[in-house]
Amino acid sequence: MFGGIDPALLIASLMVASVPILLAAVGELVVEKAGVLNLGVEGMMIMGAICGFITAVETGSPTLGFLGGAAGGAALSLLFAALTQVMQANQVASGLALTLFGLGLSSLLGQNYVGIKPPHTGAVPFGPLADIPFLGRVVFGHDPFVYLSIIAVAAVWAFLKFSRGGLILRAVGESHDAAHALGYKVVRIRMLAIMFGGAMAGLGGAYLSLVRVPQWVDGITAGAGWIALAIVVFASWKPWRALLGAWLFGGITVLQLNLQAAQVGIPVEYLSMSPYLITILVLVLMSSGRGKAALNAPACLGQNFHAAR
Amino acid sequence: MLKLEKRPSPSVMWSRATPVLAVALTMVAGGIMFAVLGKNPFEAIRTIFWDPLFGEFAFYLRGQLLVKAGPLILIAVGLSLGFRAGIWNIGAEGQYIMGAICGAALGLAVFPTENRLIFPAMVVAGALGGWAWAMIPAVLKTRFNTNEILVSLMLVYVAQTVLAMASTGFLRNPEGMGFPGSRNFSGYAAARNGFLWEGAGLHWGGVMALATVVAAYVLLQRHMLGFQIKLSGQAPRAARYAGVQPDRLVMLCMGVAGALAGMAGLFEVTGPAGQISIDFNSGYGFTAIIVAFLGRLNPVGILFAGLLMALTYIGGEMASTNLGLPSAAIQAFQGMLLFFLLACDLLTNFRIRLAKKGEAR
Repeated sequence: MFGGIDPALLIASLMVASVPILLAAVGELVVEKAGVLNLGVEGMMIMGAICGFITAVETGSPTLGFLGGAAGGAALSLLFAALTQVMQANQVASGLALTLFGLGLSSLLGQNYVGIKPPHTGAVPFGPLADIPFLGRVVFGHDPFVYLSIIAVAAVWAFLKFSRGGLILRAVGESHDAAHALGYKVVRIRMLAIMFGGAMAGLGGAYLSLVRVPQWVDGITAGAGWIALAIVVFASWKPWRALLGAWLFGGITVLQLNLQAAQVGIPVEYLSMSPYLITILVLVLMSSGRGKAALNAPACLGQNFHAAR
Repeated sequence: MLKLEKRPSPSVMWSRATPVLAVALTMVAGGIMFAVLGKNPFEAIRTIFWDPLFGEFAFYLRGQLLVKAGPLILIAVGLSLGFRAGIWNIGAEGQYIMGAICGAALGLAVFPTENRLIFPAMVVAGALGGWAWAMIPAVLKTRFNTNEILVSLMLVYVAQTVLAMASTGFLRNPEGMGFPGSRNFSGYAAARNGFLWEGAGLHWGGVMALATVVAAYVLLQRHMLGFQIKLSGQAPRAARYAGVQPDRLVMLCMGVAGALAGMAGLFEVTGPAGQISIDFNSGYGFTAIIVAFLGRLNPVGILFAGLLMALTYIGGEMASTNLGLPSAAIQAFQGMLLFFLLACDLLTNFRIRLAKKGEAR
């Protein structure tokens, strides 16, 4: 116990707070590994949040809600895929368009859903394990998506490192011309990666509106998608480091909320801007000096591919 | 099957035609969206695009057009310089807020002194505030190679918190009986940004926007710096060989964009908004991104794009009061416009040909 904050509760809520950004960051990591920079994470997340919320409220099933969220994010990402992969549009601009459009569309879809409570997502029944003092609360007391997000990290890591598919995906991201010359379908692979990223961002968004908040408010993501993008840079495109980054960020968010509640001497505004400031600080540390995160970036990141021959 | 063939150089004809095509397509898609929402699409489109210009209340709404277009154009011109050079400052919203706060703080500090120099000084303070806020991502980019997209965007959220602090704390009206929000500038003649003549809709922000369009046009067409900006965007390596210093360009483009956004914020807060309040910023910093692209990153184009976007704001408000169209629909509509624009750009850079049958792809 320090300052009225219970460490077990802090760690437990840190894990919950990090889930949305972790899911979105892992998805975006795969997209960027394929050489595509999708800045529309924020838009896909908020679309996932509203689609998931609507599905869950209408069907009464949180599971279907999460599927709906993933579908919503993926559907919006398909727009990005069409723009950048088929129409050869600038990726930065298209990503921004996705975010602006997603924010507008989500608030349009959600106007009749303000103030409704979604169906409750229960914890995984671990039985007696959940009663272990400290550990039970920290490790065994969560809903399935906390575990799913960590499994997703492991799966993406294994896919990129050990599978042939992962090798091809990385090849497309490092040199699309070489991959094309080898006969790989660059555009198709990138489209699949973009849709995966969209589905993951949508899932993260649905987690926000169904578990973390849980209700629908306009602009519910409040920059979480952008922070997910920053975490990918922080992680230097390595999945396990993304987990670390998400926990670090989740920790800051939870800590500042706890400090706000504990009414320490720091004004609330300074606390609520701290996650963004710390994200900037982390970006600076990672990008400069020995960190040189940029060196690990996929070589074709953000470049469009057009098969001239 | 269709096949894309890259043009040796972008088509001038299509580059002019695509914004028009995109607007037309957005009207169609938007009409479908309005129909899905249960509104008559033709009536909705007419209310948004026609009535503010030629309808019953046009005499008043035409003026409003300039009020809304001014800040959009001012911000978008600044952003377009950076976008052309491949510098992605997307935090104009934050620079806009900080400019407004800095400028307003100066005005409120000298309240109630009446002096002609107060307003110009506030404009300068606003520009400096926006400039300083934009310098954070610029310096971090040049010194530490940090991604300017993420930093400038994070700073928007920080600026919004500062705005909350200002309106409930250090800039709160001492005679406001505890309500959030600063003193209203409409009652303070020396700092008021009123219309230049009655009912014109043109205030100093609009004048500044027009001047900026001209200045940016001259800069890009006739000045070495403009050439360097364009060159850096199209061929960064060639630009370096030609002696362009990328760091200097980053500082310059971010700084100009920040200063213009800050000025726009000041004009808004002393004019149409009237006071620093927690939500005086109406997302102009983000909409200006659409304006910049819709105007093809060209100052003159941005002038028209800003007016068109202002039209969707005013028409959207009318549609929401008259037809009950949700205001979020307009936001989605504006986002759609950017989509179609980016998609139509395909025609500028590529030719669409029929591919021979059986050809491997």
